[in-house]
Amino acid sequence: MRVFVSATILSFILWLLLTFNGSLWQADEILAGIVFSILAGLITAKINIKEHKNLSLTRWLMFIAYFPRFFYEMAKANFDVAYRVITGKIKPGIVKISPGLKNNLSVTLLANSITLTPGTLTVEVDEDKNLYVHWINVRDDFFQEHEEKCRCKYVCSTFPDWARRIGE
Amino acid sequence: MNVFMLTLALMGISVLIAMIRAILGPTIPDRVVGLDTINTLVISGMLVYGAAVKEIIYIDVAIVYALLSYITTVLIAKYLEGGKL
Amino acid sequence: MIWWIIYVCLGIGIVFNLLASLGLLRFPDVYTRLHAGTKCTTFGSIFIATAVMVYGLYEWWKGNDAMISMTVHSFLALLAILITNPTGAHAIARAAYRSGVKPAGAVVDELGGEKDD
Repeated sequence: MRVFVSATILSFILWLLLTFNGSLWQADEILAGIVFSILAGLITAKINIKEHKNLSLTRWLMFIAYFPRFFYEMAKANFDVAYRVITGKIKPGIVKISPGLKNNLSVTLLANSITLTPGTLTVEVDEDKNLYVHWINVRDDFFQEHEEKCRCKYVCSTFPDWARRIGE
Repeated sequence: MNVFMLTLALMGISVLIAMIRAILGPTIPDRVVGLDTINTLVISGMLVYGAAVKEIIYIDVAIVYALLSYITTVLIAKYLEGGKL
Repeated sequence: MIWWIIYVCLGIGIVFNLLASLGLLRFPDVYTRLHAGTKCTTFGSIFIATAVMVYGLYEWWKGNDAMISMTVHSFLALLAILITNPTGAHAIARAAYRSGVKPAGAVVDELGGEKDD
């Protein structure tokens, strides 16, 4: 039921955004939107989403607060890749990190963040939610570090904390 | 000269370079990477063209193209993996 | 003034899109190519979509009411790119690894089973 209501509301907001053209909506547009949103909600309700309890308002606000930090890291990542495209200096490798996240939502968020930020690309996630990350320029002092928390810091700075705050 | 048309021409060049990789690519994943890059470039090209001719319909097409090209990429990747679809 | 914002955004977008395709040509294997092909095109698309959004707002402010939907729709297209691009890259990387492509010149490969220590 909860999935049905949230899916319907989200589809209806999307419909309103897509049909907005400078003036207010007509009555028949809104009616068609309600009908199609309920249809979309009915189809989505059949899919078993385990973590639907977690999406509260504070998490949405936290997600928005995450954006400036994320955008900064992303800009840094792009200048890094641009530098490597021009000079061709690379030292690739695949490393394993265990951020210790528990549910799918936070792991998805972390994996996507890792893919878009400095020199790293998620290759594989295993059963225990360990991430295997392709790193374009492996740092030498990474191997001296054996504590898991510090290893995460090299690859993805403070993203696991953000993912935990948003997703769990 | 409309600045959006100039942008579109320059983006056409990057599509051509990405296409070289899609043709050359020694392995199939290389070709898929080239295709994925071309897809993203075409989406931003559609946005720019919509702004150049002041038609909103091209931007709607870009949204649909983005979602469809994502499904295509995931489908090819799943096929390469050899798992069940 | 408003045109200069559009020029700068379009310029940054073009530069990063060109870098993405150059990186695609220069890098040695699939994984490094994915780095170039995903990050740079996403970043370039953000700036190009921003330019189109600013242009739509400008036209709307000049009195062309329907152009506000250009801004809204460009934002939705940008959102679609932002969500789907890293997921697609992850799918390709996993498929490449499982179909047996090894990372070229890798100094460490902890996914391959053998540990470094």
